[in-house]
Amino acid sequence: MDILTLARIQFGMTTVFHFLFVPLSIGLGLAVAIMETLYVIKKDEIYKDMTKFWGKIFLLSFAVGVVTGIIQEFQFGMNWSEYSRFMGDIFGAPLAVEALLAFFLESTFIGLWAFTWDKVKPRTHAIFMWLVAIGSALSALWILAANSFMQHPVSYTINPETNRAEMDSFFGLLQNPQLWLEFPHVILGAFTTGAFVIVGISAMNLRKKRNIEFNRKSMKLGAILGTIFAIATMGVGHQQMIALATDQPMKFAAMEAMYDDLEDGSWTAVAFPDTENKDAGFEIKVPKLMSLLMGDDGNTTYKGMNTLDKELVEKYKGEHDIASFYVPVKTLFWSFRFMAGFGSVMAIVGLLVLFFLRNDKIMNMGWALFGTSLMALAPFIANTSGWLITELGRFPWTVYGLFTIADSVSPNVTANQLLFSNIVYFLLFALMGTVLVKMILRENKKGPYYVDPDAANNEIDPLAKEEF
Amino acid sequence: MIAGLEPLHFIWFLLICVLFVGFFFLEGFDFGVGLATRLLAKDEKERDTVVQTIGPVWDSNEVWLITAGGAMFASFPHWYATLFSGYYIPLFLILVGLIVRGVSFEFAAHSETKKEKNFWQWMLFVGSLIVPFMFGMIFTSMIQGMPIDENFNIFAKFGDYVNLMSIVGGVAVTLICFIHGLNYIRLKVEGDLRVRAEKLSQKLYPVLFVGLVVFAVLVYRNTDFIERRPVSTIAILAVIVAAAVAAYYGALKGKETLSFLSTGAVLAGIVVLIFNGIFPYVMIGDVAANSIKISEAASTLYTLKTMTIVTACILPFVLAYLSWSYYIFRKRIKVGEGNEHY
Repeated sequence: MDILTLARIQFGMTTVFHFLFVPLSIGLGLAVAIMETLYVIKKDEIYKDMTKFWGKIFLLSFAVGVVTGIIQEFQFGMNWSEYSRFMGDIFGAPLAVEALLAFFLESTFIGLWAFTWDKVKPRTHAIFMWLVAIGSALSALWILAANSFMQHPVSYTINPETNRAEMDSFFGLLQNPQLWLEFPHVILGAFTTGAFVIVGISAMNLRKKRNIEFNRKSMKLGAILGTIFAIATMGVGHQQMIALATDQPMKFAAMEAMYDDLEDGSWTAVAFPDTENKDAGFEIKVPKLMSLLMGDDGNTTYKGMNTLDKELVEKYKGEHDIASFYVPVKTLFWSFRFMAGFGSVMAIVGLLVLFFLRNDKIMNMGWALFGTSLMALAPFIANTSGWLITELGRFPWTVYGLFTIADSVSPNVTANQLLFSNIVYFLLFALMGTVLVKMILRENKKGPYYVDPDAANNEIDPLAKEEF
Repeated sequence: MIAGLEPLHFIWFLLICVLFVGFFFLEGFDFGVGLATRLLAKDEKERDTVVQTIGPVWDSNEVWLITAGGAMFASFPHWYATLFSGYYIPLFLILVGLIVRGVSFEFAAHSETKKEKNFWQWMLFVGSLIVPFMFGMIFTSMIQGMPIDENFNIFAKFGDYVNLMSIVGGVAVTLICFIHGLNYIRLKVEGDLRVRAEKLSQKLYPVLFVGLVVFAVLVYRNTDFIERRPVSTIAILAVIVAAAVAAYYGALKGKETLSFLSTGAVLAGIVVLIFNGIFPYVMIGDVAANSIKISEAASTLYTLKTMTIVTACILPFVLAYLSWSYYIFRKRIKVGEGNEHY
């Protein structure tokens, strides 16, 4: 395999793996902060138990998120040095601000939070968790500011002398309309992720009749947050879709598997596109639904991929001679359906859970609890699908319309080096993923009231004056 | 003044240096503590205590590196691109080290069997060994000059990374981190462990002195530091040696704060020596014409100005709460004092 393919595999593999744990820790972070706040307000011990238990799961997922994040940061320089040279003036700034503004905050207060139980006032301790949650949200904001530029470059000038993109305005970068669709969508999706993992695991425990009161309260809180955030995520996603139709029409067309122009406003529910003959193939269409979704009058035409490809080849001729602008249609088409589908299912399940939690009806519905416990997986499918659409859909660009993936790769890295790192990363990810899932399930089996027999005899009073 | 070098270029060159100093001073003792889990601690209880000394802080210490990387990307994209792609394998090994080490804390804490816990604590050790060694190698091979082409790309052979000086550099940085970690343990724990940490460090200083002399000779022989900048290079080398002597004195006289600050100063001194030596370049080429100037590698002045303002606004807060967190965890730990990590 050539270095470009190997570098792309590495980027895809790392991003997907990284983004399994990032939304989980962002979402759990918020949920735990809310739980701890409830404890401070209501002084009900069960909220403290919830904080501690879900906090453990949060810390586990955070650890894996952090280490994979370092790979992401270094990878730009290691595998994509030409991209870094072209984009450093713009891309580096949000990355550095992310580290300075968000990572220090998160990592310092996570240390404080994990190691100061009973050492500081409950209110202070809760503030630590909020600072962690704010830190991780800020981190998402800055990294998405960088990503938004790649999707929709704004406020830059190409310097012909240095042959790179240069920043015109830092605030311009932050005013990127793409950012204010992407950030809310991603962050709300992350909140949904944490909430539905709580819902799913609690449902699993309720089905096995473990710690009923604890899991009932956890599930309720998770379902409230999850329902709100799932609906909000879809709302923003809808706005994003409308913007996409004009900003990245090829991505939009691929998500709908439209090879030919769409004139009748119908929406394709199922399609098996024939990528070789550039033909829609078998499809099931719902009349008028697209117009309804896009909020147009039914007479709007959406360009199909065949038209767009011709236009784009013509548009970039001479500047970037690219033979074909087709993106991976099948992946985009189905990823979109998985994302939106699982998003809707989460919203519905969240509402149903809340409904059947009244009078605790759900406790006796084993099948419903089983189905709900599976929902712990749904956000991961939706998140991954979302990123596949976003990133694969900007093919062949790293920076949309400006810089291609083929031009981005490091020229001095060899295929063997990349192959070696790919294999080791894959093994490491597999190991970490397995261990993490095993440990989360194990912690869950122990439950919130498990006391480590080894730790029991270490009672000390950390607040005693002589300790300081 | 050096042609093309703007004050903002210099400020950011200095800031990158400061970030690496922060990283080695702080994460340096984390690596040393990681090494001490096998080289100092005798049993599981002691190992837990040793790990516990860095439990709450290692994560934020590592952020210094992440910030240095991000800042390098933002202020000197060509430096970032040249260095990171040019040192692919050493940096990859650093990442592997940081990964296994980074998850080891949580994974060891949630292990069920002794075997499992042992595995993750070994990973902490291995990671703490790889990372400082590789960094030492990277920095000391970098200053000897690398084959850089006209597009700023390094096309290096094995011998460019791995040679006598880079191995000495790798071993030296690892050793100093280890002693720095022992000094941190002396500060943070009580009882037998603390005494043993002091004794072990006392034995290591003579080795360090030999290493520093060899390193100084190699700096003279393999780099143009002394040729180009004789006064400052020799002055910094003298400070490094003086700090090492002070650390030794602190170990003999039982002054752990002095020792800790001094080994930190040794690490800081090495970083400063390198940054002072390469100035006004960010990368030294194997022939003079191939070296990359600070001004050539830099971002636009607008980006640098923006970053300076942002940094000036945020950094004081960061330093304030970082110091505060060290203040919160200032008390010493006794062996067997248990799983703080709830």
